[in-house]
Amino acid sequence: MKNNRREFIKNLSLTGIGLSIGVDGFSKNIAIKKLTPASLILEINPFIIIENTGKITLVNSRPDMGQGSTQAVPSLLAEELEVRLDQVSIIQSDGRSKYGSQQSGGSSSVRGLWMPLRKAGAAAKEMLIKAAAEKWGVNVADCYAEAGKVLLRGSQKSVTYGEVADLASTYEVPKNPKLKDPKDFKIIGKYNKRLDVPDRVSGKAIYGIDAEIPGMVYAKVVHSPRIHDSIASIEDAAARKVAGVLDIIKIERAMPHTKVDAVAVIAQNQWAALKGAKALTVNWKSESGKYLNQNTSEYFEAAYVAAKKPGIRAEEKGDFDAHFESANTKLEAVYETPFLAHAAIESENATVHVKDDGSVEVWAPIQGPDGALSQVAQYLGVAEEKVKINVTLLGGSFGRKAYMDFLNEACDISRKIKKPVKLLWTKEDDITQGPYRPAMLSRLQGVLENGSAKAFHHQAIGESIAGQVFNGLRPNTADDWLSGELSQENHQYNFEVNKVSYSRVKTSIPIVWWRSVYASNFGWGQECFIDEMAHEAKKDPLEFRLGLLKNAPRFINVLNLLAEKADYKTPLPAGKAKGIAVFRSFDSISAACVFVSKTDSGIKIDKVVSVIDCGMFVNPDNVKAQTEGNIIMGIQAATKGGITFENNQCVQSNYNDYQISRNSETPKMEIHIVENYERPGGVGEPGLPPIAPALGNAIFNLTGKRERTLPLVL
Amino acid sequence: MPVFNLNINNKVFKITAEADMPLVWAIRDLANLKGTKFGCGIAQCGVCTVHLDGQPIRSCQMPLSAISKKAKITTIEGIAEPTLHAVQKAWIEEQVPQCGYCQSGQIMSAVALLNTNKNPNDEEILAAMEGNLCRCGTYQRINQAIKNASKML
Repeated sequence: MKNNRREFIKNLSLTGIGLSIGVDGFSKNIAIKKLTPASLILEINPFIIIENTGKITLVNSRPDMGQGSTQAVPSLLAEELEVRLDQVSIIQSDGRSKYGSQQSGGSSSVRGLWMPLRKAGAAAKEMLIKAAAEKWGVNVADCYAEAGKVLLRGSQKSVTYGEVADLASTYEVPKNPKLKDPKDFKIIGKYNKRLDVPDRVSGKAIYGIDAEIPGMVYAKVVHSPRIHDSIASIEDAAARKVAGVLDIIKIERAMPHTKVDAVAVIAQNQWAALKGAKALTVNWKSESGKYLNQNTSEYFEAAYVAAKKPGIRAEEKGDFDAHFESANTKLEAVYETPFLAHAAIESENATVHVKDDGSVEVWAPIQGPDGALSQVAQYLGVAEEKVKINVTLLGGSFGRKAYMDFLNEACDISRKIKKPVKLLWTKEDDITQGPYRPAMLSRLQGVLENGSAKAFHHQAIGESIAGQVFNGLRPNTADDWLSGELSQENHQYNFEVNKVSYSRVKTSIPIVWWRSVYASNFGWGQECFIDEMAHEAKKDPLEFRLGLLKNAPRFINVLNLLAEKADYKTPLPAGKAKGIAVFRSFDSISAACVFVSKTDSGIKIDKVVSVIDCGMFVNPDNVKAQTEGNIIMGIQAATKGGITFENNQCVQSNYNDYQISRNSETPKMEIHIVENYERPGGVGEPGLPPIAPALGNAIFNLTGKRERTLPLVL
Repeated sequence: MPVFNLNINNKVFKITAEADMPLVWAIRDLANLKGTKFGCGIAQCGVCTVHLDGQPIRSCQMPLSAISKKAKITTIEGIAEPTLHAVQKAWIEEQVPQCGYCQSGQIMSAVALLNTNKNPNDEEILAAMEGNLCRCGTYQRINQAIKNASKML
């Protein structure tokens, strides 16, 4: 019986029945059934696995770097499937295409998976209800699902999903399953404790650094201080004498856009590898031809030159330059943001086994298993089927672990030594090697007429992530990523004349996205300059913004809620001040009010009130947690020293000279979430961009001095 | 190579290692207790915090040769009473961790604080916790959880 059924299912899946199922964009692999010694496993769709023993497994397709995807993603399935998260096991997807895009990034998990995963859950629920109805010989309409069971109305009858999963998997997957009315949600939008927290407070959670593979050796890579240099010679006699050191080999650091030399010290344990690396002398041959604005002073000099010239037009409504030329009241200013390191506490690491049979297995803290799968296959020249990706938890990332140069290094080492290897970067590697959040300038120009803002121009100046990392920016074009964030459609200020332009300034300092990407740079200039215009117009900055946002009700609502919660209208005593800013990124609007005071030791940040409208969300407590994190990281970005390069190498090296916020620097934080039924927006990043400008505006209100360069000196 | 009998969480581990190996690597790689993490390696971040005879120390700075034979080492795996310490319960209640990587160290610092000061005030909490970095920015919740835990003890 079971064998027949299994054949049947196999045939169904081969005929491609599952195509629709409402998992838009995912593979056609539905209703596959596998036999394990323990139980029959029914994969009703790639995200939902129900065993006839009753065990239910949901797949989280977005790696968890602290943003809460372990709860958020399966919640979308569970809500419609009618199971509680404490009834299911959650596993991480492995990069295979049947799971669709698996990249954690761009605050995309909930907003990207919102419909596909709810449909997947709802489709599976309809199949299970239909199976129960068939089993009982009753109408489907008389059955309903709750907490992993199908129940018959007006009776005591019920079956678990496991009991009817076998039958359910023989049905066609409904193309348009009925989704719940959001008003009926039981999980989404409700406070629920994250069930992965107990492991994270007891040392049981497994991060990349914790991977342990039989026969594994350890590696430390010695990188070029000037990033792009080649090896002239290696003096390794002393290093080879270090107890536990097994070998010292030349490898490569393959970044997305370039490959550079490196040396790997292979050892029996991590300490021996670190010690061996200290005893090693690598003589680097300067590749000065590859340095391009590789000192921050050169880069900024070139950027300030570019700020005096027109950029490439990204969008323009009206003729900005004509208005600016002829205007009586006009303002112009240049704002600056530095390079920043992500500086997650868990440094880059990967464990890789390139096996004798040509297959490859990876254990690593990475943001996208699908990207890792194709990258590893391509890098090692093996078929994707031969590669298995195991994603661990990430000990922080903020964009860094989506740039998988460290994974390539581990692949290169394992293929050369023919052993499984765990590679761990040190904090010094993390800080000195990049990639970094690019330093950028904002040149802002504004025209006021009769006390209101008439024309606005934001010229973004600096290196393009698409251009440097992906070689994806044609000459004389604007980087879409940043021009999108600066567009009038995004900021919604109804200037009659509005222009966005971009000037690319190249650098060979490696760059990549950093929490909230360019919004973290340009929120600073945009929102401080709006305050400058408000002051010039002799208007309150809040009223000035509300006047410009007449056609943007969600912005108005966010600002009004901020004003109410921050008690904005009540004047503060002498020596205290507040400042506001608002910025939309990743489909969410976030505004902040920062309170500062003068103290004997400088300016103190007393309190931050933040409002976020992220549409519908999964867990309000996680939205708060992410926003708290964004405030802390935003304050660091605004007040701590950035990354600088001198003599073509990074000046900073570890947390002693690249400082991140400490406990005592935490202001009081109040987070308020707008509740509505709008489409979900991002949560992991949008809280950050308003922090620096709200602080800058508060400092202006406190001191009367307009600061335009980050970091601010408090 | 020297042999060290390390008492970790009331269990003796026979560790064969170079005398200059920092305790963090012996705990992680040789005793295979992965709950203690490695961060900066220069005593700036506190993620490797363990207790040495009840005192919080940065295990990345403590060579095996400096650990006395009678010393008792406690790691995150050794504080549970019997399943979870009050501090861990408070951490769960307050939903402190985001990525969680620094939290073993944070919790070890908090437990050490509460062992000597049952009812710390804000300043005492900050003084005890200042050496533990959290890049996710969970500090407000950490401080609240310590206050909550102090009421449970």
